[in-house]
Amino acid sequence: MKILVLVKQVPDTATKIRLNPGDAAIQTDGIKWVINPYDEFAIEEGLRLKEKHGGEVVVVSMGPARVEEAIRQALAMGADRAVHIVKDAVGDSQVAARALARVCQDEGYDLIVTGKQAVDDDQAQVGPLVAVELRLPQVTVVLKLEVDPDARKIRAERELEGASEIVELPMPAVVTAQRGLNEPRYPTLPNIMKAKKKEVKSVPLESLGIDTEPWVVVEELTLPPERPAARILTGEPEEAARELARLLHEEAKVI
Amino acid sequence: MAEGILVVTNQEEGRVRRVAYEMLAVAQELAPGKVTALTFGPGAEQTREGLGRYGADQVVALNGPAYAAYSSDGFADAVAKATESLDVEALFFPANAWGKDLAPRVAGLLKAGLASDCTDMFRRDDGRLGAVRPVYAGKAFARVAIQSPRQVFSLRPNIQPIKETGRAGTAWDFDPGLDAASFKAVVTEVLTSQGGQLELTEADIIVSGGRGVKAPENFKVLEDLADALGAALGSSRPVADEGWVPHSYHIGQTGKVVSPTVYFAVGISGAIQHLAGISGSKYIVAINSDADAPIFKAANYGVVGDLFKVVPALAQEIRAIKKDA
Ligand SMILES: Cc1cc2nc3c(=O)[nH]c(=O)nc-3n(C[C@H](O)[C@H](O)[C@H](O)COP(=O)(O)OP(=O)(O)OC[C@H]3O[C@@H](n4cnc5c(N)ncnc54)[C@H](O)[C@@H]3O)c2cc1C
Ligand SMILES: Cc1cc2nc3c(=O)[nH]c(=O)nc-3n(C[C@H](O)[C@H](O)[C@H](O)COP(=O)(O)OP(=O)(O)OC[C@H]3O[C@@H](n4cnc5c(N)ncnc54)[C@H](O)[C@@H]3O)c2cc1C
Repeated sequence: MKILVLVKQVPDTATKIRLNPGDAAIQTDGIKWVINPYDEFAIEEGLRLKEKHGGEVVVVSMGPARVEEAIRQALAMGADRAVHIVKDAVGDSQVAARALARVCQDEGYDLIVTGKQAVDDDQAQVGPLVAVELRLPQVTVVLKLEVDPDARKIRAERELEGASEIVELPMPAVVTAQRGLNEPRYPTLPNIMKAKKKEVKSVPLESLGIDTEPWVVVEELTLPPERPAARILTGEPEEAARELARLLHEEAKVI
Repeated sequence: MAEGILVVTNQEEGRVRRVAYEMLAVAQELAPGKVTALTFGPGAEQTREGLGRYGADQVVALNGPAYAAYSSDGFADAVAKATESLDVEALFFPANAWGKDLAPRVAGLLKAGLASDCTDMFRRDDGRLGAVRPVYAGKAFARVAIQSPRQVFSLRPNIQPIKETGRAGTAWDFDPGLDAASFKAVVTEVLTSQGGQLELTEADIIVSGGRGVKAPENFKVLEDLADALGAALGSSRPVADEGWVPHSYHIGQTGKVVSPTVYFAVGISGAIQHLAGISGSKYIVAINSDADAPIFKAANYGVVGDLFKVVPALAQEIRAIKKDA
C-alpha cells in the first residue's frame, strides 16, 4: 500500500498571537513551529497501515524552508521519505490543494491521509479539495479506520454532533484524521538519527505549473475584544454562590 | 449576472437545526427576495414550511431515493448542479460536521473560494460578499474577501439571530438527475451516542470541569449544576484524556470550539489552548480555588473557592431562582 500523508507546519498551540493594526498576517518572530496536531494522527495512522499491510509512507508538505524541521520529525516517527513543496508566497487552501494534488498525482497512491483541520487557518478544507482535484471520494473527521487493501475498500467512523456515522467507500480515497483515531508515537533516538538520512525531495511551487493566484484573501486580522475586568467574589462559599446566582439572574439576565 | 444565495442545509426526519434559520436570516439581509434553501433526504419535504417562514423565498427538497443516505461526493454533485441551474452569486453551508464535509467538496467542484466557519457576513463596497472568521481557534479574527466568480461560506452555528417572515417559500422542483449507483462514499449507519447529552457547539449554557474536579466520580457535582441550569457538560483536555469523561466533551483549540451564552469553567486553570475554544462565549464564569489562576483574567464573573462547596450551593440557588420565576 502506498500512503501519502499531507503535513502542515503551524505555530505551536501555546503561541500568543501578536498583531499590529492593519496586519493581514501574525507576527512570526519567536514563534515555535510544530506539526499540526491533527497531522500527527494522520502520520500515525499511515504508519500503522504500513505495519499491517506493508508498503510505503510518503510525507508531502508545502511551505518555506522552516518546514523541513516538521518533515524530519515525521520521518523520525517512521515515514519513509518526503516531498517538500517550497513556497514562500501567500496562498490559500485552493492553491495549497492544487499543489499538493499535483505532487500526489506524480507520486501515485492508494490512500491520502490529512489532518481534519490546520490549527492556524482553521479552514478544514484542504483534504476534500485534494479529493476533488484527484476525483477521489473522501471521508472526513475520522475516529476509526478499517482498510481492506485486497477488496480495495474502506470503512470509517466519522464524528458528528453528539453522534457518529459509518461511511463506506472504495480505495483510493482521501481520509482526514480527528483526535481519538490513534495515539501518535514519539520518535526514538535511533529513528531521529535515521531520519537525517532519509530522502527529502525539494520541489519549487513554480515548477508545478499550477495557478497560484489565491481566491480567498485575508484583508485584515484583529484580536478579539478584551473582556471587561471580572467581578471576583470571595468569602464564604454559600454567600459567594448566592451573589453569583443573583448577578447572573439580575445583571447578566442569563438565568 | 449571478445573483441570490443558495442556503444548503441538513435535516433529520423533517427537522432542521437552528443554524438553518440563522443562515436564512443572514441571506435574506444580504440578498432580499433571492434566497433559495436546499435540503436532502427523507422528510425534506416537511422542512419547506419552516424554511419559508424563516426566510427562504424558494425551497428545493431533494427527497428522491438517490438522497436517502448521505454521500459527500453525490450530494456535492447535486449542489453543484443546482448552483449552475440557479446561477447564484454565493452559497451558505452550516459549519457543522455535515456542512464542513460537504462545503469544500462543492467549492472544489465550482472552482470557488470557501471561507469556513464565518461569524459575521456583510456586503462590501464593491458589491460582493465579505466575511469575518476566527483563526487560531478564535485567538484572532480574519476579515476575508473571496475573489472567485462564485463565493462559498460556511457559517458558525449559534451566532446569528433568526427572523420569522411569516411567508411561505415557493417550491422549486429541481432534479439534478443523479443516480445513487455513481455515489462513492456513502453513509451506511448512524451511531447515536452518549445518552442524549446536549451538543456542546449548540448549547446555550455549558458547565465544564477540569483537573480540579480530581476524580471521575466527582463529575456528579457538575452534573447536578448542569441539571439545575439545563446546561450541557464539557471538560478541559486532560480530563477527557484521562477518560473521566468522553472525548466529545473536550473543549479548546484541539477540541470543540464553543460559543454559549454562559460558560462555567470549574476547576479549570485557563491554559491558552483551553481559552481559545471558549472565547466566543458571551459570559465566562470561573470557579477556582486559586485566586491567581489565569481563567479569572478571561472571566466576567469569578468565585475564588473550593468547587466542592461552591458548586452545590450554586445549584441550590439556581433552583430557587427558577422556582420563583
Ligand atoms: C504569510 C502567509 C499568508 C497567508 N495568507 C493567506 C491568505 O491571504 N488567505 C488564505 O486563505 N490563506 C493564507 N495563508 C494560509 C496558507 O496558504 C495555507 O497553507 C492554506 O490556506 C492551507 O489551508 P489551511 O491551513 O486552511 O488548511 P486546512 O484545510 O485546515 O488543513 C487540513 C489539512 O490539510 C493538510 N494541509 C494543509 N495545508 C498544507 C500544507 N501547506 N502542506 C501540507 N499539507 C497541508 C494538512 O494535513 C491539514 O491538516 C497564508 C499563509 C502564510 C504563511
Ligand atoms: C498541543 C496542545 C494542545 C492542547 N489543546 C488543549 C485543548 O484543546 N483544550 C484544553 O483544555 N487543553 C489543551 N491543552 C492542555 C493545556 O495546555 C492545559 O494543560 C490544560 O488545559 C489544563 O487543564 P485543567 O485546567 O483541567 O488542569 P490544570 O491546569 O491542572 O488546572 C486545574 C485547576 O483546578 C483548580 N482547582 C484544584 N482544586 C480545586 C478545587 N477544589 N476547587 C476549585 N478549583 C480547584 C486549580 O487551582 C487549577 O487552576 C493542550 C496542550 C497542548 C500541548
